[in-house]
Amino acid sequence: MFSRLFENVSRRALVLLGALLVGLFAAPLVASDYLLTVLILILYFAYIGQAWNIMMGFAGQLSLGHALYVGLGAYTAAALYVHFGIGPWIGLLVAVPIAGLAGAFIGYLAFRFKVGGVYFAILTIAVAEFARVGFDHLTWTKGSGGLFLPVAQYAQSDLWLLRGKPVMFYYILLVAVVLAFVFCRALLRSRIGYFWLAIREDEEAARSAGIDTFRYKMIAVVISSAMTSFAGVIYAFYYNNLFPEQVFHISRSIEIILGPIVGGVGTLFGPIIGAFLLTGMSESLIAALHALGIDIPGAKQVFYGFCLLLVIAALPDGIWPWLSRRIGLSEREK
Amino acid sequence: MSALLKVDGISKRFRGLLAVDRLSFDVPEGGIFAVIGPNGAGKTTLFNMIAGVYVPDNGTISFAGERIDGLSSDRVCQRGIGRTFQIVRPFPALSVEDNVIVGALMRRHDVIEARAHAHEVLRRLDLYDKRSQRASSLTLPDRKRLEVARSLATDPKLLLLDEVMAGLRPTETDRIVSILKELNRDSGLTILLIEHVMRAVMALAGRILVLHHGASIAEGAPADVVRDQAVIDSYLGAEDI
Repeated sequence: MFSRLFENVSRRALVLLGALLVGLFAAPLVASDYLLTVLILILYFAYIGQAWNIMMGFAGQLSLGHALYVGLGAYTAAALYVHFGIGPWIGLLVAVPIAGLAGAFIGYLAFRFKVGGVYFAILTIAVAEFARVGFDHLTWTKGSGGLFLPVAQYAQSDLWLLRGKPVMFYYILLVAVVLAFVFCRALLRSRIGYFWLAIREDEEAARSAGIDTFRYKMIAVVISSAMTSFAGVIYAFYYNNLFPEQVFHISRSIEIILGPIVGGVGTLFGPIIGAFLLTGMSESLIAALHALGIDIPGAKQVFYGFCLLLVIAALPDGIWPWLSRRIGLSEREK
Repeated sequence: MSALLKVDGISKRFRGLLAVDRLSFDVPEGGIFAVIGPNGAGKTTLFNMIAGVYVPDNGTISFAGERIDGLSSDRVCQRGIGRTFQIVRPFPALSVEDNVIVGALMRRHDVIEARAHAHEVLRRLDLYDKRSQRASSLTLPDRKRLEVARSLATDPKLLLLDEVMAGLRPTETDRIVSILKELNRDSGLTILLIEHVMRAVMALAGRILVLHHGASIAEGAPADVVRDQAVIDSYLGAEDI
């Protein structure tokens, strides 16, 4: 198992990867409270970016509605907790199938009726928007008034109920990012991964190479949406409040995809690098502006736009393919 | 020799245009069968019906004794028919090796096993040394052979080649001709090709079908077909071959 895991990884990559992991695991020991919240945000986006990348980067299906799966995960787990006192880990067992089914529904509609490319992306937006409006009127989740989880000062963290300090969420997300990375790497190197790349590159040619493209696109959507819902559960228990206007909003979906695009669509490190750069730099920017006494609403969005422009102009494949060549990791180790 | 592929009275109409008109022919198992004809004669439409891209309006297509008309192209490939495209379509961002591994994985579930098979196919097609290159960086002749390789990796019984020699220099054409002959001889692969390059057709085909306006105007051994007056008038012209 472990020998397969590190197959084709150069020594250099292993050392760098090890150092990065040690750094990340040790970070809370030295990080201030503020820095920790930024790191949590980074890991959160790195994780969802990885999940989104399965659909777009591997199978070539552009989703602009991933906020839907975050929201479904968040609302399912939060509502079960608020109404029945059911903990998030059990809630996850309900949230994941719900999000997976939502993904399967969108995928089935699109792929069965050959809705592709831009039209598929529009369909993903439409369903997310539909959920936003729908949850505004869903009394069981308190509609547009927002769903609140009970909060208190916690002396110690309760991992089972996810009640506690930010550092607990940091480690949960860190483990999730590592697991997602390992999982995606295994997927990419498996039969299914080859089929996804073939579909991404040329769907008709893939079909004539014997690939049941409907089936493999469905698998990509379901895995991606199910994975994303886990981040939603964490979101709910970290922020303790949910508003349909916030969680399902299209700007949430856009935020999710910026990281992988800047970092490198279809690469394994892209979503992670992208999350670090975008979230890290935009938070520093805001902190710096704040220290100067300047408070510009929308500064973050302008910054995102600027980063996107820069990457598209200078490194259209994203930062990771370029960076990996610069630091001497093999070109093919994506 | 029994017929591996049996095309029986198929037609295909696009709006007002009758692209293929009640066409019938048999491709014998182990043979090399060529379809020639002027541009717009319906050759590629015929191919696309066999490969499962289009469903014929009438008639049936049988492969190894079973009906395949109406099956989707992935199913057709799974039955044992590989194809190439007239305008080459390798997976551009993937390496040469990965392109062929995709094909090899159709009948194999293990990637390592598929890679070994892909290497075997790449050696056959003289692409082994270029296996780590991106497909998009290959020259046209190499890309054409890559398509043949990807298709061969799916272990087809019948290979459909859509103008695989078009745009190649004579030396390149001869190279592919000899590779195809070898494949046909060594593994009994049946080949159905559409081709304009008569040099290749004459060197390869055991039997030729001439299409004109979607219908067959001649079918037979190469030497007879090129002397057929209707073929000369509609396609070959009066030049000496």
